[in-house]
Amino acid sequence: MNKSPREPLIFEVSGPGKRALELPPLDVPEEGGLLAGVPLRKEVEGFPEVSETELVRHFTRLSQLNYCVDIGFYPLGSCTMKYNPKINEKLSALPGFASSHPLAPEELVQGNLEVIRRLEKLLCEITGLDAFTLQPAAGAHGELTGMMIIRAALGKRGDPRKYVLIPDSAHGTNPSSAHICGYTVKEIKSNENGTVDPAVLEKEMTEEVAALMLTNPNTLGVFEYDICRIAEIVHAWGGYLYMDGANLNALVGIARPAAFGVDVLHINLHKTFSTPHGGGGPGSGPVGVTRELARFLPVPRVVERAGKVVLDFDRPDSIGRVRGFFGNFSVMVRALCYILTLGPKGIREVAEYAVLNSNYIRRNLEADYHLKYGTPTLHECVFSDKYQKESGVSNLDIAKRLIDYGVHPPTMSFPLIVHGALMIEPTETESKRDLDIFIEAMKAIAGEARENPEVLRAAPHATYVRRLDEVQAAKNPVLRWDAGS
Amino acid sequence: MSYISISDNDKRAMLESIGVGSVEELFNSVPEWTRVKGELDLPGPTSELELTRIVSGLAAANRCADYLTFLGGGAYDHFIPAVVDQLSSRGEFVTPYTPYQPEVSQGTLQVSFEFQTLMAMLTGLDIANASLYDGSTGAAEAALMAHRVQGKTKLLVSSALHPQYREVIRTYFRNLGIALIKLPYGRDGRTDIEAAGRLLDGETAAVLIQSPNYFGVVEDLAAFSALAHGRQALSVAVVAEALSLGLLEAPGRLGADIVTGEGQSFGIPLSFGGPYLGFLATKKDYVRQMPGRVVGMTKDVEGRRGFVLTLATREQHIRREKATSNICTNQALCAVRAAIFLETLGRHGLTELARQNAAKAAYAAAVLSSVPGVKKKFSGPFFNEFVLEFAAPWAEVEAGLRGRGILGGLDLGRDYPELADCALVCVTEMRTREEIDGFGRALKEVLS
Repeated sequence: MNKSPREPLIFEVSGPGKRALELPPLDVPEEGGLLAGVPLRKEVEGFPEVSETELVRHFTRLSQLNYCVDIGFYPLGSCTMKYNPKINEKLSALPGFASSHPLAPEELVQGNLEVIRRLEKLLCEITGLDAFTLQPAAGAHGELTGMMIIRAALGKRGDPRKYVLIPDSAHGTNPSSAHICGYTVKEIKSNENGTVDPAVLEKEMTEEVAALMLTNPNTLGVFEYDICRIAEIVHAWGGYLYMDGANLNALVGIARPAAFGVDVLHINLHKTFSTPHGGGGPGSGPVGVTRELARFLPVPRVVERAGKVVLDFDRPDSIGRVRGFFGNFSVMVRALCYILTLGPKGIREVAEYAVLNSNYIRRNLEADYHLKYGTPTLHECVFSDKYQKESGVSNLDIAKRLIDYGVHPPTMSFPLIVHGALMIEPTETESKRDLDIFIEAMKAIAGEARENPEVLRAAPHATYVRRLDEVQAAKNPVLRWDAGS
Repeated sequence: MSYISISDNDKRAMLESIGVGSVEELFNSVPEWTRVKGELDLPGPTSELELTRIVSGLAAANRCADYLTFLGGGAYDHFIPAVVDQLSSRGEFVTPYTPYQPEVSQGTLQVSFEFQTLMAMLTGLDIANASLYDGSTGAAEAALMAHRVQGKTKLLVSSALHPQYREVIRTYFRNLGIALIKLPYGRDGRTDIEAAGRLLDGETAAVLIQSPNYFGVVEDLAAFSALAHGRQALSVAVVAEALSLGLLEAPGRLGADIVTGEGQSFGIPLSFGGPYLGFLATKKDYVRQMPGRVVGMTKDVEGRRGFVLTLATREQHIRREKATSNICTNQALCAVRAAIFLETLGRHGLTELARQNAAKAAYAAAVLSSVPGVKKKFSGPFFNEFVLEFAAPWAEVEAGLRGRGILGGLDLGRDYPELADCALVCVTEMRTREEIDGFGRALKEVLS
């Protein structure tokens, strides 16, 4: 059993009169009638009172309860947990960026506008699309933006249409984003290769379908080999091909989505372009479109005019703003730094080594773990717990046991078309040594599943907390601390 | 430089293990005719030293820091204690994923739980989520949530709600067949409650009021909540300057059913508008309609307290098109910053900081409006922002001030044509009395 002391909630160490910050004395006369007639509070009841020492130790100790990329291998499929370069953290926090107000006069923020303009241009080159917006704050936000653009374009033609087609292997954000745009979602069944079958698509495609949302490579790590044919079918019916670029890491420098016939694409700067995940954000979900759709992009657009970078609000067909100000700006600075650092050869190596690492893992684990689809894969591969199920061990048990081996578990139970899925994406930044440690751990666990399944079902054993009661958490939600709890 | 950790020897061994002759072969599934021929037309590679020069050059091309600024309007210049940067920049907070494996994510999870608690206390409501993108999308999510709870087809939105927030709401709602009705504001700068009374009917899902509003004026939230509840509509309060919550009575205690807003003031740098921190708090009854992630307290198999992501059945990865929102990645690291900031300020510090803002803004309003040719536009009570009206066009006044090293305020004419000669002025704890007095002298020169 783990004997380390429990870290209290900050509220539990609070004591009257303690403080962690001194404010300067007020240097203006305070009027008696300040905010006369407005109900005010004298203090924030319940807020903690702690010393700076206590505060610093609290957060330092809490940080140490997190696993992270800086500590080790993080093979979460679909999440692209690559190394986050330190220089990008430093440069994105430079005072010239950090102190700039988003509503300051354009002449005083030329550096920021230039960052946006350059990054948009580089993303156009990498994807082959004609125009980008950086306003969306995350991937799902990008999906929403992209689908709104499609709806606006179809609306302009006279009919926004009713349906959006989405394969059964897609991320849950796809149907959810399409729904907020007012569309009804129709699911497309994957074929025996785990891909979209043009013959199936031909049956589903009608002039009531606005778009097909397709992830490529898909969530199995499989490249949609028929993508060009798929684009033709969608276009023949006057629809648009939306590509979810969450897995762009497999393709950078190798192939450009525009060449597939993609009309709208979102990418994730916090995946492919190395900006850190922050324990769940901030991310950034730029959207790229073809020339035809550029006029529908959110306002303001950042454009160059007479040697200056300016904001253009005069876009009558724009879908409007999707976020206040310009999006997650400092994330953009990091992504720009990353692309400049790598250069064209380095960008291509990202895809090459991501795919090499993934195939190395796949090859070395396919004897021990079931692979539902034998189709070649790129940057990730999806195993299942089918063999281990025979001894009553589930993918959850395998994941939790990996923690005992010092490795973060893969993505579990996704995509939905693989029962008991274990989705592994190593990324390009991992060493062979770390891949081997992971492979050995997975093999050892496969052995334990046969010989000692109980040790898996009770895992993890040595963590700060062991398996948590998630059912109870959802049934009787306790979502905040109060003095009585 | 490409951050690769595989040596050429490793690569050979790995290719051999896979059973292929080259990396090229692994891409056979990508059709030849879609491939990039040669190399992409990108700059670089760039060494760390060169990169530092290039990017420092871009940062230096921003000149905001050369000016004394009085800009607010949804992005505020506040002091950030050293502990916020030091602690939040630890790799253990910066580089994990969303805490889907709670046994190795208790740090992020416990901080989120503390953040939810702090925001619930500040807003005066039962619960808060773990974050949304920013204030503008928070307002749109709150409006969508009110629509889900009520199933009605009309929303009343104050015209004194941040113009960009209104634009985002408009974008989100353009395909949903819901009417957005704009409420006018009155001479006091407050939303016209009589107009609201006339427009509110049985089909109204909610009334959205920002307080302090875009003009800095504190609204009578209790009155709007009572009005909304009288017609079975929800009261949604939007807070763009979250520091105001330290001094003004909690909106939840004034009847708001949902409180959403922008938490940038809590230890997050201006950074040209992002990343910022959307928050949303509500009553217990509506928790299952709430958008975004939420962390709950539970126990492990040995009975020890621990934290997990919970109520996932609202979310897109489970519910797909039936989810309460499509949000997935949010602003977790910004919430860490806010939690550190709020716990540093504590029970009395936050109120004291907010009081200093209000006092300095009141002092500045008095100094500036005593300059000939300047008057305060609105009579309503204000927190740390206020609107001034000038005897000359604002563009001229602004240019004159800028020539004297001052960014004096934000233009309102773009969003409110009737306020073309007006500007929105913000005064935080960062401005000293001397600087405020200097602003007054400069204004006198410009207008004389």
